[in-house]
Amino acid sequence: MLTRGEHRASRAAGLAALMAIGLALAVPIAVLLTHGESTGVTSNQGDYLIRITRFTLMQAGLSTLLSLVFAVPLARALARRPDFAGRRWLIKLFAVPLGLPPLVAALGLIEVWGRNGVANKGLGLMGAETPFSIYGLSGILLAHVFFNLPLAVRLILPALERLPPEYWKTAANLGMSGLSLFRRVEWPAMRRSAASAAGLVFMLCATSFTLVLVLGGGPAATTLEVAIYQALRFDFDPGRAVLLSLIQISMTLIVMLVLKFLGTPAEEGETKGGGTNRPDVQGGLHLLPDAVLIGLGGLFVGAPMAAVVVSGLSADLSRLLTDALFWRAAGTSLSIGISAAALSVLLAACLVRARYSAGHRPRSVPLGLLAGLSGAAGSLTLLVPPVVLGAGWFLLLGGGAGQLLAPLMVIVLINALMALPFVMRVLEPAHQNTLERNGRLAVSLGVVGRHRLSQIDIPAMLPAFATGFVFAVALSLGDLGAIALFGSDRIVTLPWLLYQKLGSYRTADAAGLALLLGAITMALMIVAEKLGTRNGSVDR
Amino acid sequence: MRISRFIPAALAAVVPFIAGPASSADRALTVFTYESFIAEWGPGPKIEAAFEAECGCDLTWVGVADGVALLNRLKLEGDNAEAGVVLGLDTNLVAEAKATGLFEAHGLDTKAVTVPGGFSDDTFIPYDYGHFAVVYDTETVANPPASLKDLVDGEPEQKIVIQDPRTSTPGLGLLLWVKSVYGDDAPEAWEKLASRVLTVTPGWSEAYGLFTSGEAPMVLSYTTSPAYHMVAEETDRYQAAEFSEGHYLQIEVAGLLANAPDKDLAREFLDFVMTPGFQNVIPTNNWMLPAAAITMELPEAFGKLVEPKKTFLYTPEEVAENRAAWIDEWLGAMSR
Repeated sequence: MLTRGEHRASRAAGLAALMAIGLALAVPIAVLLTHGESTGVTSNQGDYLIRITRFTLMQAGLSTLLSLVFAVPLARALARRPDFAGRRWLIKLFAVPLGLPPLVAALGLIEVWGRNGVANKGLGLMGAETPFSIYGLSGILLAHVFFNLPLAVRLILPALERLPPEYWKTAANLGMSGLSLFRRVEWPAMRRSAASAAGLVFMLCATSFTLVLVLGGGPAATTLEVAIYQALRFDFDPGRAVLLSLIQISMTLIVMLVLKFLGTPAEEGETKGGGTNRPDVQGGLHLLPDAVLIGLGGLFVGAPMAAVVVSGLSADLSRLLTDALFWRAAGTSLSIGISAAALSVLLAACLVRARYSAGHRPRSVPLGLLAGLSGAAGSLTLLVPPVVLGAGWFLLLGGGAGQLLAPLMVIVLINALMALPFVMRVLEPAHQNTLERNGRLAVSLGVVGRHRLSQIDIPAMLPAFATGFVFAVALSLGDLGAIALFGSDRIVTLPWLLYQKLGSYRTADAAGLALLLGAITMALMIVAEKLGTRNGSVDR
Repeated sequence: MRISRFIPAALAAVVPFIAGPASSADRALTVFTYESFIAEWGPGPKIEAAFEAECGCDLTWVGVADGVALLNRLKLEGDNAEAGVVLGLDTNLVAEAKATGLFEAHGLDTKAVTVPGGFSDDTFIPYDYGHFAVVYDTETVANPPASLKDLVDGEPEQKIVIQDPRTSTPGLGLLLWVKSVYGDDAPEAWEKLASRVLTVTPGWSEAYGLFTSGEAPMVLSYTTSPAYHMVAEETDRYQAAEFSEGHYLQIEVAGLLANAPDKDLAREFLDFVMTPGFQNVIPTNNWMLPAAAITMELPEAFGKLVEPKKTFLYTPEEVAENRAAWIDEWLGAMSR
């Protein structure tokens, strides 16, 4: 419950936040549009653009298909075995890739799946003549499945676990099993969450940047985002970057509209580790297929992470930790992360409060617009990916050469926008709770306006702020998309340094750095989750 | 709100981090170059020590992925580039580099320099040269390609790592090599070769790293690369393939930036490039052939290298005129 003055202030703050976000998106797009006329499109270029667009969609489609084809049976196997030792840990492990910096994961994947990796040695022993290639399409698909298979499992599993135990009892009584159980009970229960998981995975893969940059392996395996980056950093051809950016925005817009049309966005449900009892599932020999599936799934997700730890520990960590450049990069990364997180939390808080103020059923068109836009502000950043945003600002700043503060602020801005949807998801329920609990009392006691913010609302929401903040820091720490355009010897972040070490093939250094970066982001994610569960507001 | 005050404060805290260490000497020179030149095992550290002993100044290297990336970076930074000398472009790029207006004639006597073809220029000084070649691992490649045509038509399962011509001078070199041999049929050749390419890297060091770690059995490098393995690792395992059509020549050059903060010091460095103090470091650290006299014996391994019977080299003007179109052609063929 808010007073009239508070309503006004909330809406003003929301409007200000919306305008700030709008400006941050509109300026680069306007720059891109006005830059557009600089080069004509030759027929070679036209072919290239068509092929890149086609490849972007094709690899996203294949990645989605592969992720789902493995996620559905894996989720089913996990639902069938609700109480084996380590199940909770396995499901926790499946949450890790979501927060893992893509570069760190790429390094782990190369360790495991590279020409000299464990996987290829195994394949060789089994008589495979041509080794699996971590570069090109196969590498991109592998990496996308590594990131999205666990995500899809975590999205699908709750749908099965939510089914009332009576279903399984009845199924057992009817002697239903195997295919008929899958067709009549399991698949109908999973279908919705599997479809929305597929939508999310497709979107994530269609806008994937870092993994394609590292594992792509040339013009034949390049996505639009990587091509934008190359047009600016390799060719310095703004005209082509603009063209590619416009294609990218139209593509994501169409995909988003299709997804919107198909159904609700995926929400990760509660998977506390223990599922429902399954009287329809037999033990003994029948355990084998499930156990194999679960074992392989765990190995597939766990091995690259283990590889990062093992090769990281064998690197010369003490030398790395005494390297001045490492500390400079860590300082820059933390400063950017903290600034971006602060900005993100501030924007999210304004939007959340404005949305609350506008109400569930807004009474007027402007209020409806405010509520709708505040809610959509988060997904806007999915529509215009970081590299496109960066490209616009990059051109506006003349490549950011010789400047420090301006490129840094752009990186902070982009990272803040990237974290916004996540931070809003954390703040919204906490804000709702706070106002429901204390709103009426505060108004009746006359504690309103600024006093109420500083004495009641903000203190009550501190845990949620902290969760969102820490999560946003972690996200920014692992990001390569924004820094890739502006990075130079003057602006060095941890992911940028890692990318450079990978590039110059200082493998030992890269392995050590990947371990450190992975450990820092994981620690932050754990802190965020701990804060969140204590607060009861996060369902990650 | 406290947070809004915090953001500028946090940003301000970043700046001292980024400004980098201040130099101790009175005179300071920054040289832009490519990454492998300044690696611990590259020529950079030795040349830095030798020059600093002579000039009583502080020399700082700034490295980017590879030679073409150097030019991109200069175009991007324009007058803001805070360097005195650019070292690591090659003759293919000098016409384009001059057209940026960022370079200034060096005004030095370059008669100490001798390179094949006798390249000589008022703005750029050659500091080393070499011939591009496909280097292969004798343990996995039994029948190395004997010509560029062999390479193009060969077994697709046998992979090669190449460099991106948009960032790397070896990558550009291969593009020009294919163009020299195939002419208008180059796109078809690239389409065929694409199936043998494991990956395209932004720079030479990344590609060579992948090769030596066993990810691919062949790499685009130089005829001189095997000397490194013979001298430093005492192994004949890695060899360069001699191509019957001939090899493309690369002459690497250094130039003076018009905006150099200390032009006299920059010229001093360019003069130093032509002396044995610099040239002696080149053969066994950059693994290229020296462009001026050296005062040491070349290791015996250099006598065992492939010596191309024919060399290709486009003039800088030809490359400047066609580079964009040829790269588009390459992108078109490689993305097919």
